[in-house]
Parts: sequence; structure tokens; C-alpha cells
Amino acid sequence: MTAMKQMVAVSAIALAAATGIARAEEPLNAEVIHWWTSGGESAAIAVFADAFNAAGGKWVDNAVAGGSAARSAAINRIIGGDPSTAALFNTSRQYHEIIGEGLLNDIDAVASKNDWDKVLPEPIARAVKVDGKYYAAPVNIHMPLWIWYSTAALNKAGIDKPPETMEQFLADLDKLKAAGVIPLALGGQRWQENSLFSAVLTNVGGAALWKSVYGDKDEAAIRSPEFRKVIETFVSLKPYVDQASPGRNWNDATALLIKDEAGFQVMGDWAKGEFKQANKEIGKDYGCIPGLRPDSPYVLGGDVFVFPKTDNAEQVKAQHLLVEIMTDPAVQVKFNNLKGSIPIRSDVDVSSLDACAQLGMKIMSDPARQVPDASQMMEEYVYGSVQDIVTELWNTPMTVDQAVDRFEKALKG
Amino acid sequence: MGAEFTRHVKRNLVAYIALLPMAAVVIFAYLGTMAWSVRLSFSSSKLLPRSDFVGLNQYVTLFDTSRWLTSLGNLAVIAFFFLLICFVLGCLLAIFIDQNVRGESLFRTVFLYPYAMSFVVAGLIWQWILNPDLGIQATMRGFGFSGFVLDWVVNPRMVLYAVILATVWHGSGLVMALILAGLRGIDGEIWRATRIDGIPAWRVYLSIVLPMLRPMIITSLVLLSISIVKMYDVVVAMTNGGPGTASEVPAKFIMDNLFERANIGLATAASTVMLITVLMVMAPVIYSQYFRKSGRAA
Repeated sequence: MTAMKQMVAVSAIALAAATGIARAEEPLNAEVIHWWTSGGESAAIAVFADAFNAAGGKWVDNAVAGGSAARSAAINRIIGGDPSTAALFNTSRQYHEIIGEGLLNDIDAVASKNDWDKVLPEPIARAVKVDGKYYAAPVNIHMPLWIWYSTAALNKAGIDKPPETMEQFLADLDKLKAAGVIPLALGGQRWQENSLFSAVLTNVGGAALWKSVYGDKDEAAIRSPEFRKVIETFVSLKPYVDQASPGRNWNDATALLIKDEAGFQVMGDWAKGEFKQANKEIGKDYGCIPGLRPDSPYVLGGDVFVFPKTDNAEQVKAQHLLVEIMTDPAVQVKFNNLKGSIPIRSDVDVSSLDACAQLGMKIMSDPARQVPDASQMMEEYVYGSVQDIVTELWNTPMTVDQAVDRFEKALKG
Repeated sequence: MGAEFTRHVKRNLVAYIALLPMAAVVIFAYLGTMAWSVRLSFSSSKLLPRSDFVGLNQYVTLFDTSRWLTSLGNLAVIAFFFLLICFVLGCLLAIFIDQNVRGESLFRTVFLYPYAMSFVVAGLIWQWILNPDLGIQATMRGFGFSGFVLDWVVNPRMVLYAVILATVWHGSGLVMALILAGLRGIDGEIWRATRIDGIPAWRVYLSIVLPMLRPMIITSLVLLSISIVKMYDVVVAMTNGGPGTASEVPAKFIMDNLFERANIGLATAASTVMLITVLMVMAPVIYSQYFRKSGRAA
């Protein structure tokens, strides 16, 4: 009896599969590997999921905690021959090697239809376009080097307006220290120390030095007096950091600003989420400074989705639909508002973004001020050695000459 | 000879078949992956494994990397103090408990308890205790001792000793348990004989009991050495290698290069160096264990 039933069921499925009836009814499945697990992040990615489901797809969420763990999972699946539909990476060179191995599908069809050559900022386009083809869909732009300040802490030190130049910034740090406030909130972890160094490099050296040192890896630039001044300025910031800084998480450092115990923090625009959660108001309780010179460069970091190689027509269709959804102007605004970043295209309505994001959009509209994030200009292992130098420079005694030599060795390989 | 061999195989056929899965696991899962890692260390692999051959390039780069050299130096310091303190402390605790103290089982549990905790938890606890903003320093300053300083985890010169402190707290209970088990196996007659001879207790422990505990001592030293080489989680939980590179260890260097820096070639070169180091440390132990036994038999 049961055997009979099973046979009927099996033949019914076989029939349905053969005629394609069942397939046509099924939505487009898209499994997406990502690492956005915190409150604001998961709310942001839900925007993509909802929009994709509304467009007739079925979003299968595969969140892996931690960026490198999620990327390893995606790469292992690709190598193992069972890739997901899409996977999250940083806007960097992380995925260039798998492009080289021919393991990703290009998304030129969607990109040319939506005129990405025109709408994307140049550094972002360069990061996702390899050998003339688009291989990744950028979804946001994070500027990792904002300078945040606590209005109350600055007032306590008698500072009535935020600094606009490096000299004013250093003078303000002195005033804060004299007032008994932690001048600079820093989490002493490798990447945060590196952010601080990058902020000094972009604000003291400007876009030109940033590009020639990290981009061209130009020996003359590395040995130039300007770069030496960057190193000296970075080291001179050390007395402004409190004793308990080593090992501190970035959000604990932001909390010092929220509690008005510290004056400034260099951190990406994701720090906004912490202020918002603490019910702080932009412009009143805290503020953001994009840079300390009139032409301060806007560093374009962010995230992209890549689409592993598959010949399955359904999967390719799902991949293209994902790209369409993720880069759609309305979805972009909604997503980036929750993520704390800014949209990847300039042709969107910015009125619903917060003040800092609007400021960022305005700066970014000037192509001369757009610069790529350091991770887009060098391989991961090179960037790793650069960060090792920065953290040693910050934590152990090192002369400027030694530092310059080590930078040259790391960058020139 | 041939017939004898066939008979031997036939008689033990079932045993051989039963051993096959184990042999396969050892050959493929342990030796095979080890060989594969060593092979990759001679390639230029970055994010994906490559099958080219670049000779010793990765090793040259490795020993030109200051973070790797720092890690090795740190490991040497940790190994020395951790082994020494853990072992001495563990023995003393075992001897203390062996004096028929009241509430023995309570002490035993208390001393062994840290070992039941994962290294991540142990690392976090000590990170909190030693953190100048939260731990002992903050508490003492709260009591009014404003000059009190205990900043080991944030002080590049002291951070290694903070790690050693946490690992000793974690590991000495194990040594105690092993040595105590050994002490309990010592024949009471020996104690009676030494008492009649009027030998002081410390001398008995040092010259008679400890040499008799050789297998326990070797076991505990091997277990401690293994936990040194694979030391990773406690450092990640406590300091994440910082401040700067002051508490970096080789295992963390390998993990970082393998996963975060997409540098498989360098990571496998580093793990091969660790493998050779372990073999070099273990070889004399294995030699003495194995050959002394067979020597005695002959």
C-alpha cells in the first residue's frame, strides 16, 4: 500500500519535472553568504532580502559571523564546486584572485544596461571591473576615516567649533588634555591604529601622497619629507590616548564619546549607529569631520557582492536579479540609511540621508577628492605587513628612518 | 617463509581488516594533510592553493618578517616560564594535598577547576582582572590608592607575563592531578623505610619519589608542551597579540596569514617550521622512552 503511494508520488514528481510545470511555479532561489549579523547590519540586509522576495525571488540567508570567516566559507564552497548564488566581500582585492582563476560570473549584462561606467565613482568602478568586465556589485561606500567628536567634551575644554586644520586639531587635543578629558579615543587594535595612521596620512599628506605611497608604492614618495612628517605626526598623537586603550573594541571607544569622556575618535561612518542607538543627535550631541584640509580626500571603502561561476540558467537569472535589486536607487537609499554608509551612485535622492551622509555625498561629487581605500591598492598580505609596521610604530620605540625603511620593504616587496 | 607469512596473514586477517579504517584515517587525515601543508609551503599560494614550486622563497620571507621573529621569541619566553612555573607549582600542590589535609577533595576540585575552563574563558577573565579600567587597578584606585598600578595587559613589556599568569592558572591543576595520582601509587613501605632511616620528607620527595614518578612527569611535560605550541585562543581572548606585536605567538601568525591575509604559502611555511620544532622537542623524549625500555628488556 505504502509502496504503491510512493510510486505514484515519485512518478508525479517526475512528470512535473519533465513538463516543467513545477519549475515555473518555483521562485528564483538565491543563497547569499554574508557577515552582517549585528542589529543595524541585519536590518540593512533585510532590505535586500525583502526587495528580492518582492521581485519574485526567494532569498536564502546564510549569515556567517565575522568577515574573514564568511569569506573563507564562500571561497571553500566555490573551490568545492558547490558555490552559493552570491557572496559578500569588501571593496578590495580580496576577490581578484578568484576572478583570475575564472571562478566568478561576470555581471556585464546588468552593468551595461544600467550604465555603471557613468554612475559609479571611478575608484569603485576600478575595484569591481577587472579586464574590462564587471565582476562584483558594489552596494555601499564606507568612508573609514571620519573624525567624530563629542560636543559636550569639546565645550568642557573651551572649544567652541570643531577643528578644520591639522594645527587646530593638535591644539584642541592639548586643550582637551588640560581639561582632564581623554583627547583621543582609540581602541588599540591593529586595524584601529591603522585607521588613525591612514587619517594622518590623508590629512597631512593629502590625496597625492596617499596615492603615490599606497597606490604607486613610489620610493621617492615613501622617502619624501612629507611622508616622514606623517610618521612624526602619527607618533606625536600617542600622549593623547588613555592608558587603557590597548585591545579596546571600536564601539567601546565610541562609547567614551557618547559618555562625553573623550573628545575625538577616528572611525568609519558605521560609528553613527552607536550614537543613534544611544539617542544622540547629529550636530547637537556629536558631530563628524570629514577631514582636516579643504581638499581632504574621501576614502572610498565599502562592500560588494560577487557571483560565483555557474552554468545553471536559473542561478544566473537569480544572480542578475540580485544585482538589479541591490543597485536600484530606491533600495540603495533605504539600505544605506540603515547601514550607515552612502549609496554607490550619485543619481539618488539624498534628502532622507542624515547630515553626515549628505556631507559625504557632497564631497564625493568632486572626483578629485575620491581616493580608493588602501585595501584596493595592494594585496591583502602587503596591506597586512603595512598594518604590522603601523602597530609596531605606535606601540614600540622606532625611529622615523627605521619606519621609512620598513614601509619601503613592505610596499616594494 | 612465504607459507609462514601467508599463515600469519590468514590468522590475523580479521585484526588487519579491523585496523584498516584507523590506518586510513592516520594516513589520509593526519599524515596526508601534513604532507599537503608542507608541499604548499614550497608554492607561491596566496588565496587559493597553487601547485607551482618556488623553492625556499616562503621560508626566506618568513624569517625576514619581524612579526614572525617576535612571535618565536615570545613563544620561547612563554615556554620557559610556563613549563617551569606550571610544573613546580603543580608538584607542590600535589605534595600539599598528599599530606592528608582535611577537605582534600575540595582542594583537588578547586585546583583542577581552571583546567575545565576553555582557554577563551580563562583569557577573558584575566583580561578583565588585569584591565586597568575594569579590574584590580580600578578597584584599588576606587578604594583610594590613587597611585596603584597594575597594567600588565596594556604594557608591552609586561603583557607576556600576563599571558603566562593566565596559562599557569589554567594548566597547573592538570600537573597536580597527574602527579597526585602518581604519589598515591607510591608504596607505603617506602615511606616507612625512609622514616626509619630518618630521612627528611623533602629529601624523600626529591631523591626517591619524584624519580619514581618519571612516567607522570613526562606525560605532564608533553601535555604542557603541546598546549604551548598550539597556544592561540588564550592570546586572542586576552590581548589579540597586542599591544602592538608584544604578545604575538606563532599559531596566531599562521591563522592570520591563512585566513585574514590570504597568504597560504607563508602560513604553511610557518606551520612547517612549527612542525619541525615540535619534532625536535619530542624526538629526545620519544627516544628516551622507547629505547631505554627496549634496552632494559635486552
